[in-house]
Amino acid sequence: MMDLHKDAGAATEILRTMWTIRRFEEAVDDMFARGLMHGTMHLSIGQEAVPAGACHALAEGDYITSTHRGHGHCIARGARLDAMMAELLAKETGYCRGRGGSMHIADVATGNLGANGIVAGGVPIAAGAGLAIRLRGQDRVAVSFFGDGAVNEGAWHEGVNLAAIWDLPVVFVCENNQYGMSMSVGKAAKVERLAERAAAYGIPGSTVDGNDPQAVYDAVAEAVHRARAGLGPSLVEALTYRWKGHSKSDKNLYRTREEIEGWRERDPITRFERAVAGTLTDSEIAGCREQARDRVRAAIRTAHAAPDAEAATLTDAVYARSE
Amino acid sequence: MTAVTEAATATRTLTYAEAVREALAQAMTADERVFLLGEDIGTYGGAFGVTGDLVHSFGAERVRDTPISELGIVGAAVGAALAGMRPVVEIQFSDFTAQAMDQIANQAAKIHFMLGGAANVPLVLRAPGGSGTGAAAQHSQSLEAWFAHVPGLKVVMPSTPADAKALLLAAIDDPNPVVVLEHKLLYKERGPVPEAGTRARLGETAVRRTGEDLTIVATGVMVSRALEAADQLAGQGIQASVLDPRTLSPLDDGTIVNSVVTTGRALLVQEAPKTAGFMAEVAARIGESRAFGHLRAPIGRLCGLDVPIPYAPQLERAAVPQVADIVREAGELVRRW
Ligand SMILES: Cc1ncc(C[n+]2csc(CCOP(=O)(O)OP(=O)(O)O)c2C)c(N)n1
Repeated sequence: MMDLHKDAGAATEILRTMWTIRRFEEAVDDMFARGLMHGTMHLSIGQEAVPAGACHALAEGDYITSTHRGHGHCIARGARLDAMMAELLAKETGYCRGRGGSMHIADVATGNLGANGIVAGGVPIAAGAGLAIRLRGQDRVAVSFFGDGAVNEGAWHEGVNLAAIWDLPVVFVCENNQYGMSMSVGKAAKVERLAERAAAYGIPGSTVDGNDPQAVYDAVAEAVHRARAGLGPSLVEALTYRWKGHSKSDKNLYRTREEIEGWRERDPITRFERAVAGTLTDSEIAGCREQARDRVRAAIRTAHAAPDAEAATLTDAVYARSE
Repeated sequence: MTAVTEAATATRTLTYAEAVREALAQAMTADERVFLLGEDIGTYGGAFGVTGDLVHSFGAERVRDTPISELGIVGAAVGAALAGMRPVVEIQFSDFTAQAMDQIANQAAKIHFMLGGAANVPLVLRAPGGSGTGAAAQHSQSLEAWFAHVPGLKVVMPSTPADAKALLLAAIDDPNPVVVLEHKLLYKERGPVPEAGTRARLGETAVRRTGEDLTIVATGVMVSRALEAADQLAGQGIQASVLDPRTLSPLDDGTIVNSVVTTGRALLVQEAPKTAGFMAEVAARIGESRAFGHLRAPIGRLCGLDVPIPYAPQLERAAVPQVADIVREAGELVRRW
């Protein structure tokens, strides 16, 4: 397995990805607070190591399914920030032409089969993508991202079992950020580790430090290797934490300030910067940060200048046309 | 339980959400069997703040937070109802009833019938529907027609704070499964609500306004839009009746028919997409009735577009009827015919 800390190229890419997610979401948070954005928002600030580490283990052509908290997955797969920002600003140039918004942003060109407003909705879909890969004889994998709350939906169990019995090339990545909205993992499940659920389906399960991109990368890369070798799916549980409220309606009544502070001290970005200090110079590290900031600023400018989404074509978008 | 009906009682102004909460509190106080279950209804107070601080008054046993497991939640409510309890389920967005549909449509709705009447399923499922919040396609649907199409379910759509309370109390009393579709945009609306536990009868269309030129039938958030439109129409010399069915199943079509007999024109307004929507049923009931001979114009339907609800605010507005649309359609119906 690659040591991300020792490889300057990999370290730069991981750091840039994490900073881009962070800066993108900080900008979104700010614009939302200033009333410049509509709807609701689910931010993954504090969880950046999971998409950054996991997507580093993927190749072109691989698929992901994402969630309501999906900006990070989208960015880590290489989506364009201006088209993401344009979507949030309800522009015709947004990834979903203003039809989807935050909960549905996805760049299909980078293998993203959809962010999802339905908890666990993407899990059986990932199994289905894995099935198509198998049927078409391809060398791809499908990674399904979901939260800890998703493992208690029937769809999760059905999707994982299908992938397991058919040995499909799927990796199930649980972003355990400790809460499904207000319900803590400990209240929602009887098992100590959610990865234990893998045993029920006869597949490997592991729990890793989700604030360490290296740990996430190692576990996902091994699972991807197994999947490409035809050995079937795996479950990777990445332990992390959501710094912000669940969404805009959250008053944080179910957790303490101390708990939030404790996790903020384990900031995945600060930790990674320290870990790569021997590989990247201070100015290279600062460069990652500045590039992220500049890219986000440029995306906001481009998006603002774009035309608004068009109501006149609304009904045209419902059905696909025959080729 | 004896229903308090038509009690002369003091009212005060509450929001729709507060009215729902008060109904839940009164029902739980009056009847030990009533309990709540749903996602984030305890400490969080509900995604829309409806249950609020009820967990502090009634405890976590009776205001029961659940994991994200809609099928399990409704199934557990069916089981608890069969075993003597009166569960009130909150599904966070009505869209997620899709997850629970087996327990709603195949179990709750049919058990009483399939067992030859030997068992009842007195459960209430509350869920907010509707668009207008930028929550997009999977969090904004108006699904009342799904439920109204299943024999064995009762379907309620309160449009005012007073009804939110009175209809919910009636739903909790009812020995059948009742789906109560609240509306997100109404939660903050204020109106007079009786302090006492006054019940509304399930199956009684409310006449919100009387006028002789046309009958507007509207549900949910469209009721207040229809009333606003009726005020504007009055300025143009057109007098509209506005009728609010309140319960879609059972439907009090008699009141609607009587009104159309008088006005000779009907405009049916719903937020849900037009095709196979609930207003198609209302149109058919009018067409099949003695009102047919009194019609002076084709029955008009003003509905949401046949599209999923989009995110962008300008698209979202275009997807569902607005006050100006109602004014225009109603005006046309009266002037043309
Ligand atoms: C089927 C379904 N039920 C409920 C919701 C409402 N909801 C949205 S996100 C969420 C919490 C999800 O928790 P988790 O899966 O742990 O992901 P996280 O939000 O922590 O990223 C809930 C309850 C939903 N979107 N879909």
